[in-house]
Amino acid sequence: MRFSTAPAPHIQPQASVRGLMLGVLAALVPGVAAQVWQFGAGVLIQCLLALIAALACEASMLWGRGRPLVPSLLDGSAALTAVLLAVSLPPVAPWWITVFGALFAITVGKHLYGGLGYNPFNPAMLGYAVLLISFPRTMTAWLPPTGVAAAQPGWAELLDWIFRLTPPIDGMTMATPLDTLKTQLGMGVALDQIRSSPLFGGLAGAGWQWVNLGYLLGGSWLLWRGAIAWQIPAAFLGTLFLAALIFFLAEPASFPTPLFHLFGGATMLGAFFIATDPVTASTTPRGRLIYGSLIGLLVFVIRSWGGYPDGVAFAVLLMNLAAPTLDHFTRPRPFGRQRR
Amino acid sequence: MDLAAYRKIAYEGLWKNNQALVALLGLCPLLAVSNSVVNALGLGLATTMALLLSNTIVSVVRRLIPGEIRLPVFVLVIASIVTVIELLMNAYFHDLYKILGIFIPLIVTNCAILGRAEAFASRNGVDRAAVDGLFMGLGFTLALVALGALREAVGTGTLLAHAELMFGANARTWTIRLFDDYGGFLLAVLPPGAFIGLGLVVAGKNVLDARAARRAEEAARSKPIASAVLVPAALERR
Repeated sequence: MRFSTAPAPHIQPQASVRGLMLGVLAALVPGVAAQVWQFGAGVLIQCLLALIAALACEASMLWGRGRPLVPSLLDGSAALTAVLLAVSLPPVAPWWITVFGALFAITVGKHLYGGLGYNPFNPAMLGYAVLLISFPRTMTAWLPPTGVAAAQPGWAELLDWIFRLTPPIDGMTMATPLDTLKTQLGMGVALDQIRSSPLFGGLAGAGWQWVNLGYLLGGSWLLWRGAIAWQIPAAFLGTLFLAALIFFLAEPASFPTPLFHLFGGATMLGAFFIATDPVTASTTPRGRLIYGSLIGLLVFVIRSWGGYPDGVAFAVLLMNLAAPTLDHFTRPRPFGRQRR
Repeated sequence: MDLAAYRKIAYEGLWKNNQALVALLGLCPLLAVSNSVVNALGLGLATTMALLLSNTIVSVVRRLIPGEIRLPVFVLVIASIVTVIELLMNAYFHDLYKILGIFIPLIVTNCAILGRAEAFASRNGVDRAAVDGLFMGLGFTLALVALGALREAVGTGTLLAHAELMFGANARTWTIRLFDDYGGFLLAVLPPGAFIGLGLVVAGKNVLDARAARRAEEAARSKPIASAVLVPAALERR
């Protein structure tokens, strides 16, 4: 592929990889805080595990490839991958799930393709997809949010589950709202009846709505700082809303409200933090609009008719494949050149 | 025909010009049925049979075929052979036949077979063509079984499961359980595992080749008198 450089004057970008990655990590704080509030401290243990595994793996891959260790370790990209993966995992997942996912993300997802900037797929989502495909039962056992569960498990119980691999007792874990919706709709239960279960809150799934609001807050801060382009989240959320609205209006008995889609599952995390990955997303303004809206559409399609309860990871990975083509066909017209 | 020439053909087929790992031909069956050792062995041996027979027959009739229509004739020869193999497997290995399914008739479209017919059998004598077909097939089988073993071990923690499909009821006990209480790693058994596994096997072969080349170079350098002769040979081998 040939890259052409526009003539001078050029403006030096102020952003560095490190600044961008640390900004994104900071923006994750409200969402992660909401997740800790709703699902307990297991999220923090998973983050720590994934961070250790990802940084150790990054260091050994850099060493093996004969690259300098310090700049890449400190640029925060491996840390961001680790945190994005960890917040997608169930808080009570056994330690080897998290470690394996982080290792796969960094080794296969990033370094086998040539390291940061060369990876065609979002490494965190690649690790997540591998885990979800390989260990479906462990990956869908989430904790119920605060308020639904009698009490959140304490540190001792969490450490026991994660490190000594004693599985949580049945009833301590349960399916996510999206998962419940899918299975119950499949069994022919009416939507009103499903929505009346304590797993569902005012906007979307109980607990999940707060997590999504947290990520929305962090994502808005990123937008305000100009760290991410507005096109991808806007197109993603807009298309998801529109598609959900059309089907909700046509058949309200079997399609949940558009708000349920916007504030359920991984929507906000995906829209602001995962789909906007500067390496794997489309880079032209029009390309970003198409990229984002197709992800939104795919998320709706996978949630409504697919085999898995949530589709953000698969939608993002599929569109990562399409990003180079989108970039090729949506190159902006240089100033002064006439349309042919 | 001397033994050294046969040995060279065998080395080409098994290692240096391995149809699966070097030429990357016949990937469709390679990726699709390499999820267990027994499936891999079954399809590998069927492909070897087809390669051996097609190479032999093509070599026998090579002077009778007009050059312009040689490819359709090769395809007809291969298709007839594969039909025979398919019927034989249906009769004698019926359960394995049912598992391999569409991939047995698809041996016809395995480009390794047409490739050897065109590149070797149509230009060489019957004996050389037969040896080439046999070893190209065995090399393909070797790659298939290696990939099958890798995927079966990682995916389900066993080796040689369902060996009775090929070797009769006595083989029921051949299954080797590598880990007790293995939960299974579904990715390795599913199609992505085939692609990742094949990439690893090809990379492994390249590592071995690079190491052998380095060792040959070092050996050449340690014998300064002979180096004038040996170094070009080592370079050529690369």
